[in-house]
Amino acid sequence: MTARPNRARRLTALIVKESLQVIRDPSSILVAFLLPLMLIFLFGYGLSLDNDRIEIGLVVEDMTPETLGLAQSFFATRFLDVRAFARDRRTLEDDLVAGRIRGLVVIPATFAERFMSGREARVEVVADGSDPNTASFIQNYARGVVRAWLADRDAARGGHAALPVSAEPRVWFNAALKSRNMLLPGSIAVIMTLVGTLLTALVVAREWERGTMEALMATPVSMGELLLGKLVPYFFLGLGAMGMCVILALTVFDVTFRGSLAALLLVSAVFLFPALGQGLLISAVAKNQFIASHLALLSGFLPSFVLSGLVFEIDSMPTPIRLLTYIVQARYFVSSLKTTFLAGDIWALILPDLGAMMLIGAVFFFLALRSTRKRLD
Amino acid sequence: MQPAVLVEDLEKRFPGSAAPALADLAARIPAGRITGLVGPDGAGKTTLMRLIAGLLHPSRGRIRVLGHDTVAEPDAVHALIGYMPQRFGLYEELSVLENLRLYAELRGLARGARKATFERLLAFTGLASFTSRRAGALSGGMKQKLGLACALLETPNVLLLDEPSVGVDPLSRRELWSMVEELRSAGTTILWSTAYLDEAERCDEVLLLNEGRLLFAGPPGALKDMMRGRTIMVRDPRANRRALLRRALEVPGVIDGVVQGRAIRLVLGKGVPPPEPHLLGASAAAEIRPDTPRFEDAFIDRLGGGPGGHSPLAAAMPAITHGSETVVTVEGLTKRFGTFTAADGVSFSIRRGEIFGLLGPNGAGKSTLFRMMCGLLTPTAGRARVAGLDLATAGGRARARIGYMAQKFSLYGSLSVRQNLEFFSGAYNLRGRHRRRTIRAMIDIFHLAPHLDMEAGLLPLGFKQRLALACAVMHQPDVLFLDEPTSGVDPLTRREFWTHINGLVEKGVTVVVTTHFMDEAEYCDRLALIYRGRLIAEGTPDALKLAARSEDRPDPTLEDAFIALIRAEDANGERAVA
Amino acid sequence: MWHRIRALVIKEFLAVLRDKRSRLVLVGPPLFQLLIFALAATLDVKNVAIAILDKDGGPAAIELALRVAGAPAFSHIEMVHSEAELGEAIDRQDAIAAIHIDRQFSRDVLAGRPATVQVILDGRRSNAAQIVLGYIQTILSDYSDDLAARRGIPRPAVTIARNWFNPNLIYSWFTVPGLVAILTMLIGFMVTALSVARERELGTFDQLLVSPLSPFEILVGKMVPATVIGIAEGSFMLVMAITVFAIPLTGDVLLLYFALFVFVLSVVGLGLFVSSLAMTQQQAILGGFVVLSPAVLLSGFATPVENMPSWLQTLTMANPLRHMIVISRGVFLKDMPFEAMLPSLWPMAVIGAVTLLAAGLLFRARLE
Repeated sequence: MTARPNRARRLTALIVKESLQVIRDPSSILVAFLLPLMLIFLFGYGLSLDNDRIEIGLVVEDMTPETLGLAQSFFATRFLDVRAFARDRRTLEDDLVAGRIRGLVVIPATFAERFMSGREARVEVVADGSDPNTASFIQNYARGVVRAWLADRDAARGGHAALPVSAEPRVWFNAALKSRNMLLPGSIAVIMTLVGTLLTALVVAREWERGTMEALMATPVSMGELLLGKLVPYFFLGLGAMGMCVILALTVFDVTFRGSLAALLLVSAVFLFPALGQGLLISAVAKNQFIASHLALLSGFLPSFVLSGLVFEIDSMPTPIRLLTYIVQARYFVSSLKTTFLAGDIWALILPDLGAMMLIGAVFFFLALRSTRKRLD
Repeated sequence: MQPAVLVEDLEKRFPGSAAPALADLAARIPAGRITGLVGPDGAGKTTLMRLIAGLLHPSRGRIRVLGHDTVAEPDAVHALIGYMPQRFGLYEELSVLENLRLYAELRGLARGARKATFERLLAFTGLASFTSRRAGALSGGMKQKLGLACALLETPNVLLLDEPSVGVDPLSRRELWSMVEELRSAGTTILWSTAYLDEAERCDEVLLLNEGRLLFAGPPGALKDMMRGRTIMVRDPRANRRALLRRALEVPGVIDGVVQGRAIRLVLGKGVPPPEPHLLGASAAAEIRPDTPRFEDAFIDRLGGGPGGHSPLAAAMPAITHGSETVVTVEGLTKRFGTFTAADGVSFSIRRGEIFGLLGPNGAGKSTLFRMMCGLLTPTAGRARVAGLDLATAGGRARARIGYMAQKFSLYGSLSVRQNLEFFSGAYNLRGRHRRRTIRAMIDIFHLAPHLDMEAGLLPLGFKQRLALACAVMHQPDVLFLDEPTSGVDPLTRREFWTHINGLVEKGVTVVVTTHFMDEAEYCDRLALIYRGRLIAEGTPDALKLAARSEDRPDPTLEDAFIALIRAEDANGERAVA
Repeated sequence: MWHRIRALVIKEFLAVLRDKRSRLVLVGPPLFQLLIFALAATLDVKNVAIAILDKDGGPAAIELALRVAGAPAFSHIEMVHSEAELGEAIDRQDAIAAIHIDRQFSRDVLAGRPATVQVILDGRRSNAAQIVLGYIQTILSDYSDDLAARRGIPRPAVTIARNWFNPNLIYSWFTVPGLVAILTMLIGFMVTALSVARERELGTFDQLLVSPLSPFEILVGKMVPATVIGIAEGSFMLVMAITVFAIPLTGDVLLLYFALFVFVLSVVGLGLFVSSLAMTQQQAILGGFVVLSPAVLLSGFATPVENMPSWLQTLTMANPLRHMIVISRGVFLKDMPFEAMLPSLWPMAVIGAVTLLAAGLLFRARLE
């Protein structure tokens, strides 16, 4: 007869207790506020795929109007930064080995002669293949520079374009192709994993270690209430961390935001369901903080960074790994986040993501409830 | 009358260990009484508590709490019991009042009754002026009282207290007992588990556990009565009491003995008449008189008597004759942490071959003092010299002359017994043949051979304690620092431990010990009582007892003396403030 | 002194290696991370889908579509029929890029007039989109060259692409040498960061301090096993890199080991420093997180250091991992000589010296 009101009272008391602990425990504050702050700045400043000032060396073996004109084009482009200039390529090869430059453009001695005689004139582009991504960019940029030089020359002489077929690129959602615009929204997934999974796993493990779990178990509290009492505060804490990241992303880092706040809130709230569920599951398995933190890092934090499509392309991964990403909840969250920030509320994409996150969350909760019993053995 | 808790044919096994934690256990815990669950560490006390609280399920048999089966109706059981686990179950980040509120809500205490209940419990526990202090900042005794208050909300029918007196000073312990006695008069059933056998005497009923089996159930008096006429006190003004005890324990018919201030106290075998002084090796001036039996006597009798008085460890040690007569000097030792003064101008000195005890309530500053003497803390003012050297600044050579045994078992738990011995011998400069020989000697003396390859952390407590002592004395130190060396250890191991210490002292080793155990304090030559960072009394155990003698307490125990001295100091302080 | 250190070193080894749990932590997670990272951490673009809206339908448009379909990086080509469908394909991330071929296209091409196609890129995947654009531009310029050749016009100037050190731009050649350094750091750091904190928590640290061991000896005693374990872990990763991932080792192994040794020392110093600050294991774990995540993010492992703002680039000088990754990639792929290594070696040596000194001083100070 008094079961229902008592249940509500117990739940409220647990939530109040948990909230007070969060506020007063420096390590919770650290994980919930300082680490996210640190990470968002790291992601904002430290991670960048904008290869727009790649340092290269330029070798011009012979001085003719053609070679000097082409060299000038290389100096002028904003994507490449000519750091070393020489007449003999051997002087720059060491710089390439030491990593002081990322590539070497060589305009050979034969260039002008072949070019003027209508034979194929070659510009040699040597990129440092030890960083394949940068190497591809150097090759693309160098090709673009040579092409533009030819076009300018032809245009100046009134001839027609050297390239009959060309592409006119249009970038949707992120016209300037700034990688920050996609990395920062995605990094919210990493940060919320930190709060949702790592912190939750740690605080439950702490209750076991300090012996408070034993005292709680001897009261009329049910296990469901105990779990729910943990979830509610960390749910709001997760949303708080999200809010902080969004504000910083929009103000300090000027990230584009085209979607609606409501959609953002919805996907974030739904993401917390599997994230918290995973945290609870980990803590049910690992009853000390050492193991819990290891498990949370390996199964939560790292996948949210590596297997979520945040930085690395899921499409390019080998099939077994690609299949693995389907059970990483962050994958769906990153996709929804990038879309709501850069493209807007595209429900055709968001809804399946929400469904997948709910499903994973339901599995985690089912397992967590099954493995948490109100007993010590 | 229906028992509050009925235990039938109980057995509890944990996966991975061959021996059952509890076996063949049947017991009735009567309603409205204090029942003591008594036994050394590892006897199965906590397991039984958890089984009664429904937190563990029995492997066989069953338990009913006021008629409710703990497996079938755990919710009904939880509604009836109050349970204070060993670590009190408090949230350190929450204040006193917030902890109370949390447990009040969880137990469904009526809102209307809350204010009155809180007031009553806060007054009862003396925590009323600390309601906003965080639980983490409370002293051990206060934490324990708060833990008790949390278990008492919505006055439970059955109150389970798991080792509430561990690490708690005599003053707090006494206050706790009076609280529990008050609860009993209100009709609550109390189950109090403890490793202190002297606490058993205060209980109405006792369940005596050893290695998972019930040794005795019934009123403690019944057990004590069996020992009537078998305990004597021997006081010999001419003899060294440690040597006397050693000789007496070798006499046939003497099954146990301890130092009791200036005297020694012996337990005799069944039907053995009190021996003549000369048989004990005492002088003709010795006075022998009967003493009242204790619960511990009966316990040791049940286990077949204590260890003898001979210490092979001491026999293997060379006598220390070198160095000055005064080994430790402490002058105006002061330590401040911020605005808090943990030690305030403490001075004393310790002579060679003396056992010096540091006593004091929790948080009084004796640990701080102890750590400064070992060189683990740098004093704010004053200095501590051991063998003429300041250990904090002296080199390794000086530290090689002391031995140290920490409060908790602080050897390497993941290393085997042999590896621990090898490490500590190496760290203490032993090498070559001498090192191998010393390790072998330690293994023989402490009977470690069967456990050599076992992880030290998995050893039974008694063996852990032996290993810790072995590691502390392997290098034959001049001075031995012992920080609560035997807390939680069973009485037999404690006897054996003190036999070794007594033997070492006879060889000239100086011992500094902190303790909460009054029977351990009795072994000391001199005691220093530390309170609020200051030295408030110093003297032999008998002198301190004498100082506390009064009309209504003609023969005070050391515990009485301890409490009286602290009360007097409190009164002094108040007068000074007024 | 040396036999005391020896006893301590043996004890440290046993403490780490006897415990089943810590043995597991030393082998399991690094292996798992090596496999997952080496396979997953790629900025390559493969298996992506491209949408084509062909409004022209002429032979030139079909030839272009076929050329796109033939590119190995594109797993599949989706032909869409309207602007709306094209928009949807990009929106839903069904395609990373779309090629919009205008009505005029075939006519322009046949007439020899300059013809353009629009390439729509998904800016949510900015890096991949740029690489896809590069692929498409290569296809277009090859097509242009072929068209010119058919009409007898020679190619005036071309770039000859050559990639040194990694001719086929295999991505794992880039990640795996970096991972060798990262995982060595992870293990070396965690072994030391927890060691002092654990001893403090268990009370054994007091036992060490009252023994004849000096802080210097304790420091050395903790350093040696961690260094050996770190180098062993690095060797294990090295063997995995060469055997399982077939990364060519072009440089001098001895030089690599020398650098690894300096690196591990700096990591151990960092770990002991954090450990001497932490009072509990939990603090050490969190402290580890605070040190390790910037160390990895700012190491040049995932994205180049050159892309960071210059103030941050200066800051990364204090990150030993940044230097070791340069050396590891250099020795693996570039046969890096000692002189080229020096600018990366000395910062690590400085970091090691400073942190070890600080840790030694803090051992005692943190008791108060």
